[in-house]
Amino acid sequence: MRKVLIIGATSAIAQETAKIYAQQQAAFFLVARNQEKLAAIADDLKVRGATQVDYHAMDINELDQHSTVIEQAAACLTGLNTVLIAHGTLDDQKVCEQNFAKTELALKTNFLSVVSLLTDLANRFEKQRYGCIAVISSVAGDRGRQSNYIYGTAKGALNLFLQGLRNRLHRHNICVLTIKPGFVDSPMTASFKKGLLWAKPEIIAKGIVKAIDKRKNEVYLPWFWWGIMFIISNIPEFIFKRMKL
Amino acid sequence: MAQQYESWGRFPKVFQHIHPLQWRSDSLPLTDQKILAQGLGRSYGDVCLNDKQTILATRGLNRFIHFDAHTGKLYCESGVSLAEILDLCVPQGWFLPVTPGTKFVTIGGAIANDVHGKNHHRAGTFGRYVLQFELLQSSGERLICSSEKHVELFKATIGGLGLTGLITWAKIQLKRIHHRAIHTESIQFENIEAFFELAEQSDENYEYTMSWVDCNYTKQIGRGIFFRGNHITEYEIPEKWKISSKKLTIPMDLPGFILNPWSVKLFNFLYYHQQKQKSVSKLADYDPFFYPLDAILQWNCMYGKRGFLQYQCVVPYEDHRMITEILNQIAKSGLSSFLAVLKNFGEVPSPGILSFPRKGVTLALDFPIKGAQTFALLDSLDDKVRECGGAVYPCKDARLSPINFQAYYPQWQAFSQFIDPQFSSSFWRRVTGET
Repeated sequence: MRKVLIIGATSAIAQETAKIYAQQQAAFFLVARNQEKLAAIADDLKVRGATQVDYHAMDINELDQHSTVIEQAAACLTGLNTVLIAHGTLDDQKVCEQNFAKTELALKTNFLSVVSLLTDLANRFEKQRYGCIAVISSVAGDRGRQSNYIYGTAKGALNLFLQGLRNRLHRHNICVLTIKPGFVDSPMTASFKKGLLWAKPEIIAKGIVKAIDKRKNEVYLPWFWWGIMFIISNIPEFIFKRMKL
Repeated sequence: MAQQYESWGRFPKVFQHIHPLQWRSDSLPLTDQKILAQGLGRSYGDVCLNDKQTILATRGLNRFIHFDAHTGKLYCESGVSLAEILDLCVPQGWFLPVTPGTKFVTIGGAIANDVHGKNHHRAGTFGRYVLQFELLQSSGERLICSSEKHVELFKATIGGLGLTGLITWAKIQLKRIHHRAIHTESIQFENIEAFFELAEQSDENYEYTMSWVDCNYTKQIGRGIFFRGNHITEYEIPEKWKISSKKLTIPMDLPGFILNPWSVKLFNFLYYHQQKQKSVSKLADYDPFFYPLDAILQWNCMYGKRGFLQYQCVVPYEDHRMITEILNQIAKSGLSSFLAVLKNFGEVPSPGILSFPRKGVTLALDFPIKGAQTFALLDSLDDKVRECGGAVYPCKDARLSPINFQAYYPQWQAFSQFIDPQFSSSFWRRVTGET
């Protein structure tokens, strides 16, 4: 049976992914900030077929709580075999440019908090020698762009960290998956004008489940973002710096 | 930022702000504008539009809350679609008590339009199976309405076109089935009289009945195919059952000339003659039986950018000759499309104050918009329906005049007292003459 720990369980992508696992009778431990929202998701997953759903409300930036929560999750589900880390914030780039405190918070939420969680989880998984750790990163981490480089920096750093972790855990039979979604039509991006490149969270969720099943290393979702990011990453810097992306 | 939107009929086009709702605990937005909930936007006209005002997008409210597989009571958020309910409940032996011709509607929309289906002659409307719901009003109050509590508001909200507040969740009663298969029969008939005979024979023994009627064959007005069906019994369960999930999609607007009087006539001719025998009976999956058009995603693009008007009226049984007259007028005009549907409504009363279904014969069909002549034709049909004391269905309408609406629904003023002061819709402003 799949025993899933989801961090940032109220995010749109996480909810859709959980729905798919619920149909496969998975057991869940959900973590997010808001108790009421967690309860709503837990009810939904149970109706959809989940065998067990427990949850815990916390601010993910309270790093010292991480190991207690992970321990609680593992105890509740009698072990873990799948982790999905889905929390994150998309902060206003312009505000961060003027305010280091905001930048620091963005880096903490989107990068450092994940490192803290993965430190604990990696050691646990290394010992048990099975399981998959899937982390939602972003295409924004592939190249620094003027419009979004604070978020991009956190995700880029996260990508490197995950590469290293994958390299370390591979010999222990652990799969580490870096998920790089493109534009997702979710509450996080409610104020954006949507075009052709935008995908629904349920499409991303299907891709995540498939990538976990196939024990992939890295996945662009939807797939065409691989091509877009290949081009963007390969534009020579002397041209790129003049572009407004 | 206001953006351009249209509903399923693609007419009218409006500019409105969208406020997405994600959680049933969310409060209503603070705005000076009028607000209106919209789920999947499958109403054909403007009951789900709010020109120059704000739309509360409810699709984010798509969580189940509880399902009791022993009693068939389902408790879910209002943005859950009927398709999602079927996916959950059919494998557990439960089915929607009433379903419209598409499963891509939300439960909130099904309540607000008090929708009906092929079993109206027996089961009545969807609203009859609503046990309770929560209504969030602009005052911030959350009222739990049922046939016992806030009864008047309960009746006003069923069929109340979303004007009484926001339905955040609802509890409905599903119905038991043994299997997803339907035992169906399709029978050709040659004229309206034959339709009425078939309807009379079938209504007692068949849970589901409806007919397709050819509105283009002027030589023989009212020929068509009568469909009737029942859920199979526990003794008829087939050993193997294949479920096809193939979907077509119309990827872009078709140019207007593809749908012309000749192509429509040809389609109707082929459709009528699809079966060689007069009567064919078989087992069918519930999906193609109830939702044949859902297999073609975005079929509304077939009518091109200008869109189409759907017209659905009901006329009293005693005046059913009026149906022949209406069909004659449509056939003569040459303006209609395929997909004309005829059905008898039964006597089961609708629970909503403003509900459309009532005892009589109902006719529904599409008209591609071909300028003023299309509107003029429908206006004259409105008058005929009014003469005989019938009504036109708001959820499919985009052009009804205030005079006719108010004649069909004389209770509209009594209903108005239940409208939440901050809620309104393009439809309501149009048919009440408000600006």
